[in-house]
Amino acid sequence: MMHRKVVLRVVSKFLIPPILVFALYVQFHGDFGPGGGFQAGVIFGAAFILYAILFGVETVKKVLPPWVTRLLLVVGVLTYGLCGVAGLLLGGNYLDYNVLAHDPLHGQHYGILIVEAGVGITVAAAMITIFNVFAGQTGED
Amino acid sequence: MLIMGVMAIAIARIRDLFAVSMLSGIFSLTAAAAYVVLDAVDVAFTEAAVGAGISTVLMLGTLALTTRQEKVTGGKSKGTAAFFVVAVTGAVLIYGTFDMPRYGDPIAPIHHHVAPRYLEKSFGEVGMPNVVTSVLASYRSFDTLGEVFVIFTAATGVLAILGRAGRRRREDEIADETVTARSDDASPDKDKETAS
Repeated sequence: MMHRKVVLRVVSKFLIPPILVFALYVQFHGDFGPGGGFQAGVIFGAAFILYAILFGVETVKKVLPPWVTRLLLVVGVLTYGLCGVAGLLLGGNYLDYNVLAHDPLHGQHYGILIVEAGVGITVAAAMITIFNVFAGQTGED
Repeated sequence: MLIMGVMAIAIARIRDLFAVSMLSGIFSLTAAAAYVVLDAVDVAFTEAAVGAGISTVLMLGTLALTTRQEKVTGGKSKGTAAFFVVAVTGAVLIYGTFDMPRYGDPIAPIHHHVAPRYLEKSFGEVGMPNVVTSVLASYRSFDTLGEVFVIFTAATGVLAILGRAGRRRREDEIADETVTARSDDASPDKDKETAS
C-alpha cells in the first residue's frame, strides 16, 4: 500500500500505543470523567483502523484475525446480557447491579464496569469488522 | 454555527466526493465543538470520535470502491421538488422550536422531571462522580443494552451483505486466475460487483 510514506508510518507507530492506552483510560475512567465504553471502543477501533490504513488490511488481519473480531463482537454483547442475567440469578431484577456485591454501591460499581466493558468490546470489534470488510473489498493490494 | 452552515452548503454544492467526505468530517468536528460549548462533553467526545473519525474513514473506504465524482442526475423539476420538500420540512422544524423553552431556562420541563433526582441522588445510589455514566449504564441500562444490540446488528448486517460478497468475489478471482492471468485494473472488479 503506502510503502514510501515514511513519515506517516513512523508517526503512526509512535501514535498507536498512546491511542490504545488512551482508549483504555477512557474506558476505565468513564466513571469519573467524560467517556465510557462507547467512546473507548471507537478509539480502540480507530487505532487498528489507522494501522490498517497505513500497513494494509492484511497486516491487521495477521494481528487480529477476522474470527477474533467476530468472536469479540458476540462476547461483548453477551457480557452485557449475562451481567443482567447474573443480577437475575442473584435475586434482583434483570440488569439490577445492587445484588452483585454485598454493598449495593460496590455492586453498582462492578455492574457498570462489566457493562461498560461489554459495550467497549462490542463497539471496538464492530468498528474493526466493518472497516475490514469495507477495505477488504478492494481485494489485492 | 456559521461555519457549520457554510460547510453544509459546500457539501451540497461540491461534486468532488473526496472533498465532500472531508468536509463532512470537519462538519462533525465543529458539531463536537458546539456540544462542548453546550457542556455536553460526553456527546462531543462521541461526535468527534465517530462523526469526524470513523465515518470519514468509512466514506473514504467507500470512495475507494466506487468513484470520486458525483454523477449529476435528475432534471430541474426533480431538484425543485426536492428543494420544496426540504424547505417545508425545515420551516416546520423551525416553527416547532418556537414552542421550546429558551436554552438554559431553569423552569424548562427537562430540568424538572427526573433530572434533579439523578443529580441529587445518583452519587448516593450509584456512587459515580460522572452522572452521565451512572444514568447511561445504571438507570438506563436497558436503553444502553438496546444500543449495543444496534451496533451488533449493524456489524452483523455489514458482514452479511459485504462479507459474503467479498468471499464470493475472491473465489471468483481464484477461478479467474486459474483460467486467465487477469489485468489488475479497477473496471473488471466493478463489473463483477454489479453482477454479484
